Amino acid sequence: MVLVLGSLELGIIYGLLALGIFITFRILNIPDLTCEGSFTLGLAVSAALSCSGHPYIGIIAGIIGGMAAGGITGFLQTRCKIHPILAGILVMSGLYPINLLILGGSPNLALIDSQTIFKDAAAAMPFLGDDGTKIAVSLIITVIAAAVLAMFFKTHTGLAVRATGDNEDMVRASSINADKMKVLALAAGNGVIALCGAVITQYQNYADINSGAGTLVLGLASVIIGEVIIFRRDLTLSLAAAVIGSIVYRFIIALAMKLPFFDSSYLKLVSAVIVAIALSIPAIKDRAALMKVKREGEKNA
Amino acid sequence: MLEIKNLTKVFAKDTVNEHTALDNLSLSLDKGEFVTIVGSNGAGKSTLFNAVCGTFFADSGRITLDGEDITYMPEHKRSKMIGRVFQDPMKGTSPNLTIEENIALAYSRAKHGPLGFALNRRDMALFREALSDFDMGLENRMKTKVGLLSGGQRQVVTLLMCTIVPPKLLLLDEHTAALDPATSGKIMDITNNIVNKNALTTLMITHNINSALKTGTRTIMMDSGRIILDISGDERGKMSLNELLELYSQRSNKVFDNDRMLLGDN
Repeated sequence: MVLVLGSLELGIIYGLLALGIFITFRILNIPDLTCEGSFTLGLAVSAALSCSGHPYIGIIAGIIGGMAAGGITGFLQTRCKIHPILAGILVMSGLYPINLLILGGSPNLALIDSQTIFKDAAAAMPFLGDDGTKIAVSLIITVIAAAVLAMFFKTHTGLAVRATGDNEDMVRASSINADKMKVLALAAGNGVIALCGAVITQYQNYADINSGAGTLVLGLASVIIGEVIIFRRDLTLSLAAAVIGSIVYRFIIALAMKLPFFDSSYLKLVSAVIVAIALSIPAIKDRAALMKVKREGEKNA
Repeated sequence: MLEIKNLTKVFAKDTVNEHTALDNLSLSLDKGEFVTIVGSNGAGKSTLFNAVCGTFFADSGRITLDGEDITYMPEHKRSKMIGRVFQDPMKGTSPNLTIEENIALAYSRAKHGPLGFALNRRDMALFREALSDFDMGLENRMKTKVGLLSGGQRQVVTLLMCTIVPPKLLLLDEHTAALDPATSGKIMDITNNIVNKNALTTLMITHNINSALKTGTRTIMMDSGRIILDISGDERGKMSLNELLELYSQRSNKVFDNDRMLLGDN
């Protein structure tokens, strides 16, 4: 039971990360490494502010910080014409000392005695129980984030952002500033990712400077698992699929951890393998089709 | 309406590959004129369009549209006034968006409020009605992703996207060349229909001299970045395909080298 509830809670919160990765990777078509820094930024800001008694401001400030980080990546990509992946890496490594500074110079920070949104909710609704409140709070945040994004992508601007990832030339020819749309999408994506970090640190009562490592692959794995489960047709469904993928991913991991030889350090390897295999499926299909054509061709030769 | 003065564009300047794509070209279009452009490969037709659209800035010269100097205006700003359809059906639409989303994106030029919902009932009805005018059955597939449509269907969607908010200038860059003859004819009919209905000032590049003489109100012929022939009215009405080719050889001292031009049948 602990395993099921714990996975569900983590899955819902990391669903936010999956939403952010979905925006940058699926909509904008950029594997954006800023997320590893913006996740930690959200986490550090939220932890530091919770420590001084402002958990709610911590969440909001975390989102703003993440959006700023994404905005800078966007600026580097569009105005400075730096390769998208390098732009992300630059912001990610630049954020490391800043995050360390926010955490007060130490690589980790405990929130055991601090006020958090989860402790507040538990005090307000004691009838839900410990896991009940955790699930309720994380579900509310993730559903709101997903709903806001789903609505945003139905607006004029949202449509323009989606088209920018799809056919940039056409967007420029439709009198839309494609550069602005890219910056906007990167800010939105990293804002949600920072929100994820901000919530997770209050959930686990602990902040660690290295929590951001591997978040891109983790988010990609969730997005891809979600796409396998819900074949994406429209955007709202795809956003839901990313969250569901994140939950399923957590269950897979929890089950794997039950195996006697499985060490938690293998997690990143497993995620990387999942992503590598899933992304190579189109190439494998092409290859199989070519082999078939060759075989047929030889028959008639 | 459109005023181009002494426009020059040189590619790869000061290298062995130096190429003058536009050579001191001047062209003036009146409001509502439908001009067809012919010329062999490399004559500078597409370069002219790119310069007008702002894909790159010209080396020298001036471009004014409706009294406004747009020579150095960024591409996305001038595209508010200019609609362009490319030869490649892939270029004008966003494949992962549905038909109505694509049209809504183009329609947002006319509307304010970037955070308003892109699709509302009234707009959707408007798009559906506009598409049903073309008689291609597309009005029943509004929720289909454009990536699933054929080239001809995509060009129709692109045409509608470029004209749903009537632009000051419509540029058609061999927009039927990638289609089979039957579809190509159909798209030309739709084009004429749209241009006439909105009295659009239009420039159309075509590979088909017959179609160039039959369509629109004026024909210009380009060679080596210059306009070598500009006919309209009676002179154009009486001109035959062979006379035009004859004129081309005389003025450019070469024989027309574009096979596609002679083979066109519609």
